[in-house]
Amino acid sequence: MEPVRYIDRTTDYYRSQGYDKAYAWAKNDAVPFTPLAKPLAQCRIGLLSTSEIAIRFDPATEANPISEEGFRAVYELPADVPTEKFYSRTASFDRYATHLEDVNAFFPIDRLREAAASGRIGSIPPRFYGAYNNYSQRKVREEEAPKALGMARADALDAAILVPV
Amino acid sequence: MSLIARHLEENGIPTVVIGVARDIVESCGVARFLFVDFPLGSPCGEPWNVAQQREIFDMALGLLETARAPRTTREAGLSWSKGEDWKTLVFTEAQPYQSGEVQEAWLARKEKYRQLRAEGKV
Repeated sequence: MEPVRYIDRTTDYYRSQGYDKAYAWAKNDAVPFTPLAKPLAQCRIGLLSTSEIAIRFDPATEANPISEEGFRAVYELPADVPTEKFYSRTASFDRYATHLEDVNAFFPIDRLREAAASGRIGSIPPRFYGAYNNYSQRKVREEEAPKALGMARADALDAAILVPV
Repeated sequence: MSLIARHLEENGIPTVVIGVARDIVESCGVARFLFVDFPLGSPCGEPWNVAQQREIFDMALGLLETARAPRTTREAGLSWSKGEDWKTLVFTEAQPYQSGEVQEAWLARKEKYRQLRAEGKV
């Protein structure tokens, strides 16, 4: 079966829900490209996702391990936290077809750690990165993307894996 | 997310996007895209299927190594184990995308944003 045409499908769906104006998804002709500068085994690879990933903590005794500045902005999470403490806060997924109990199905931190441990990639940074689905493309371009770039540079990333959820 | 990928690429950082919504990612246009034909929420493999998740993750790493030009899309070539009914049902009246509870939370968040904006905080 062909892939779902989400642009058409969501336009029809939200119209049926009483929203008249269709969302104008980003559309570009030109696409920037940067080749990988060195072998993957020497690269530091970062991970960013829109799964609204968070870390469980006990508010009575612990501070929130993630720091979020600004409203629904790009944020960072310490990478040395056990996988079972990570969870997603998003409600934007197909809740009839799947679930978010296994973070590695949308935020593949163990797969990334394994790749570093086996030498397939050079290393991972001390932080993972999180984002939200943002309606405003202007906000993503002018605020979130530069913030993500700043984090990538601060952590000396050679490449990044991005997972929209 | 694709807009962030583009910004990183423009500034010298290679990226690979792992995603399920092919039309949305390709409309925006990214350098490297691993298309996984799975439901929204499981782009990196089926929950608890570690072997499949490894396969997908390694394909994404492979794209970083092998892509030579922008708009390189690779299809993961995997099928959802419980069949493809989800493809005809997602975003239909039969399956309201968000529960009433979630919709209320969304409206509350929208209101909070309006407030923050009125106070000049965003």
